[in-house]
Amino acid sequence: MAGPSLQTPVRPASLRVEGLSAWYGRRQALRNINLEIVPGQITAVIGPSGCGKSTLVRCLNRLHEVVPGARVEGRVLLNGEDIYAPGVDPVVVRRRVGMVFQRPNPFPTMSVFENVAIGPRLNGLARGAELEELVVRSLKLAALWDEVKDKLHLPGTALSGGQQQRLCIARALAVNPEVLLLDEPTTALDPISTLKIEDLLRQLKTEYTIVIVTHNMQQAARVSDFTAFMLAGDDLVGELVEFGPTRQLFTNPRDPRTEAYITGRFG
Amino acid sequence: MTSHRYVPTGNYRRRKATSLIAQGVMVLAAGLSVGALFAVLGFVFVQGISGLDLNLLTQTPKPPGEAGGGMANAIVGTFIVVVLACVLSLPVGVGAGIYLAEYGRTGLLAQLIRFMSDVLTGVPSVVVGLFAYTVLVLPLGHFSALAGGFALGVIMLPTVTRATEEMLRQVPDSIREAALALGFEQWKVTLRVVLPTAFNGVLTGILLAVARAAGETAPLLFTAFGNPFWNLDPTQPMAALPLQIFVYAISPYDDWHRQAWAGAFLLVALVLAVSVVARILGRRTPARF
Ligand SMILES: Nc1ncnc2c1ncn2[C@@H]1O[C@H](COP(=O)(O)OP(=O)(O)OP(=O)(O)O)[C@@H](O)[C@H]1O
Ligand SMILES: [Mg+2]
Repeated sequence: MAGPSLQTPVRPASLRVEGLSAWYGRRQALRNINLEIVPGQITAVIGPSGCGKSTLVRCLNRLHEVVPGARVEGRVLLNGEDIYAPGVDPVVVRRRVGMVFQRPNPFPTMSVFENVAIGPRLNGLARGAELEELVVRSLKLAALWDEVKDKLHLPGTALSGGQQQRLCIARALAVNPEVLLLDEPTTALDPISTLKIEDLLRQLKTEYTIVIVTHNMQQAARVSDFTAFMLAGDDLVGELVEFGPTRQLFTNPRDPRTEAYITGRFG
Repeated sequence: MTSHRYVPTGNYRRRKATSLIAQGVMVLAAGLSVGALFAVLGFVFVQGISGLDLNLLTQTPKPPGEAGGGMANAIVGTFIVVVLACVLSLPVGVGAGIYLAEYGRTGLLAQLIRFMSDVLTGVPSVVVGLFAYTVLVLPLGHFSALAGGFALGVIMLPTVTRATEEMLRQVPDSIREAALALGFEQWKVTLRVVLPTAFNGVLTGILLAVARAAGETAPLLFTAFGNPFWNLDPTQPMAALPLQIFVYAISPYDDWHRQAWAGAFLLVALVLAVSVVARILGRRTPARF
């Protein structure tokens, strides 16, 4: 089963969220989210802690449902196909929609090389020399190659936090996803590593549709083209308050709650 | 905050004295338990080392009463029986541990397996031997290494199961989610990511179970039975170190007593070596979360 390789640039995919609600057991976490994520652009998701940002992105690659008792209603269209349609295999969805987590989580017993290689290897994308090439390419794409080219056989956890996070990005890129979700990828990192990753995202966006959750409004303003602002109401269920081009949302918000949040009056 | 100095009061002196006494008692208790271990080891060493010679390692037993001979067949037999025990118990034990940690978790079946496993840990090994005798020796009509391996396997099973479960549960969920997010099927997540992450821990648990099982005597008495001759056929009665030690120790012959001590020395050294390897592996777990 040979998938497309990184050499043939994938047209960035579109992602459309329609009437999405999510629950953890009885507790509802998201209500009726509607969102059009623009292909080849960076979309930031901002909002106060607990408003459901992580839940939202975890619904976009069907990772939400691995939490016991968690469930989703509504549709998420990846290039027009509903990833929640009956018969769709979540495993296939996750190969097309990659994810990077808040805390760098390289596989602790694997080397730097293995961390990147395991995805394409287990997914049957490449082997042998081709796999090696893919690993190198992914590490270069994640702007990590120069720093680790002499450390490929060290454990992934032996790298610095910022390097580990870029390793996780390389790992996600190696399985050649169309969409890249990043859940607060720089929260655990220092300013320099943060800037490196932001630069990296700008370079990646022509080939990947990117969604980044961030607590940091400067970051959203710096890297994103579009911004979604979420808020949990009195019943603690997260809703989408406003969505639009980043510049507009930050300079001329339509909703007073957005304005209150970006001017730091709550959250 | 103002800085202040400790002024020793009578109360303080009393607490200090109590603390010293308590510490003394604990050091004594620790010393006694370690002392008991060293006493046993030392005794076995002193008694065993003199009987240790090349014959012991290369020859089979001589007829009763005749001096000389050795335990080569028992050494090999112990090895075979333990390997059989591993072959029988590891797939089931590791499999059950994986089920408990990754699939069953808090489910009813998982709770039941955990309970049964704990019960099995408490069953006296002689009873396990009796069980193996009933289900294997009686139907087959004769003693066999296979029955011995089965009995030791049953003894290892709960240890292996719970060790596997414990070690897998120490792998954080963020690792599982990272693997799922790469588009791995659940079984690949378990076998190719979670299990390798916990591998050293699982291996440590297995080795400790092996070390325990290798020294068991009672369950072998009416399963492997023992054999004064060379035998590599697992369907036939087979010698094993603990059995040989037992038989020699209760014999009236001085030379057999000497060999029993030497055999005990070998057995202890073997078990100790396995335990030490297990501990080193356990400590060297490269997994840092
Ligand atoms: N595993 C879970 N089980 C039950 N409730 C959960 C679980 N994970 C999250 N929640 C709840 O769902 C709501 C949304 O959580 P979520 O993690 O999506 O928020 P967030 O916007 O990402 O917050 P943060 O900025 O702190 O990461 C919260 O009220 C949280 O308590
Ligand atoms: Mg979050």
